[in-house]
Amino acid sequence: MEAKPPAENWPLWEVFIRARQGLDHKHAGSLYAADAQMAIENARDVYTRRNEGISIWVVESKNIQASNPAESDTFYDPANDKVYRHPSFYHLPDEVKNI
Amino acid sequence: MDLLSTYILHQADNALIMGHRNSEWTGHGPILEQDIALSNIALDLIGQSRNFYQLAASRLNEFAPGESVSEDDLAYLRDVNEFRNFILTEQVNGDWAKTILRQFYFSTYQFLLYKELVKSEYPEIAAICEKSIKETRYHLKWSSEWVIRLGDGTLESHTRMMEAIKLLNPWISELFIPADFEYEAAATGAGILPDGLKEEWFHQVNKVFEISTLPALTSEKKPMQILSGKKGVHSEQLGYLLAEMQFLQRAYPGSTW
Repeated sequence: MEAKPPAENWPLWEVFIRARQGLDHKHAGSLYAADAQMAIENARDVYTRRNEGISIWVVESKNIQASNPAESDTFYDPANDKVYRHPSFYHLPDEVKNI
Repeated sequence: MDLLSTYILHQADNALIMGHRNSEWTGHGPILEQDIALSNIALDLIGQSRNFYQLAASRLNEFAPGESVSEDDLAYLRDVNEFRNFILTEQVNGDWAKTILRQFYFSTYQFLLYKELVKSEYPEIAAICEKSIKETRYHLKWSSEWVIRLGDGTLESHTRMMEAIKLLNPWISELFIPADFEYEAAATGAGILPDGLKEEWFHQVNKVFEISTLPALTSEKKPMQILSGKKGVHSEQLGYLLAEMQFLQRAYPGSTW
């Protein structure tokens, strides 16, 4: 019986790392692992060995629903000419400093 | 060499030889992620050994003014019979199961030891262990989980774990037989006697073995004790390891990066 290499047996996981308190988790990359626990540990070893993070999320790649690149015309182009959706038509009073 | 320096060297040698063995997996791990995991552990251990070697070197230089011993001299220019590491640590890697089990046995020991040594009356030893114990706790977690995965995995992985248990069994008892330098360390408050860790070591190992569906180890077995790494009487495997690890400094003395 020939064993499959782990990459074929083990699911792919997406890894999200939070670099510092107060920041968001950001996508760091993907890796193979047998289960969630191993995925967290692999992520720790692969993506945080140079002090990159303080918190790790993992999710199996198959659970991510992605938009379809073929639909980008329909999805994104209509926003191009809706300039009024940007908050650039307000006059801010001089007293307001921090917006 | 004074006994307390030997005690420190014993800690250094264990970490270095274990680290070197693990580093032999670098580039050969079963999967990229685990290759990196084990390489990280190798680096942790070699880092720990550096701290202990530096401490030993500064002691040796203090006692013998005029001599100048460095951490590199201690790691790269001592011969087999001068090394004080456990026979367990020098055992060849074998398959993944054997490497995992060796790490698990060693990390369990090292964790229990460091837990005591953070209270050492020798401040430098306490400081090194304080820093190292976080790494060791991770090594223990990582290796425990692998023991469980393999033991409670497939028929093949279970069989390989059973084989690894058989192969490493003879080298367990050495961990707990006190050497002269350990009596000295315990007497001065710098260290402890390892037989005090024995019961807890077996308890911790067997707890993981139970989850792993592996048979419990018993501490009653009395294997041959002709070899003793702590006394410098090593298995032949250490010679090959040192030949490779020390090659550069032997062939090109004093060479640096």
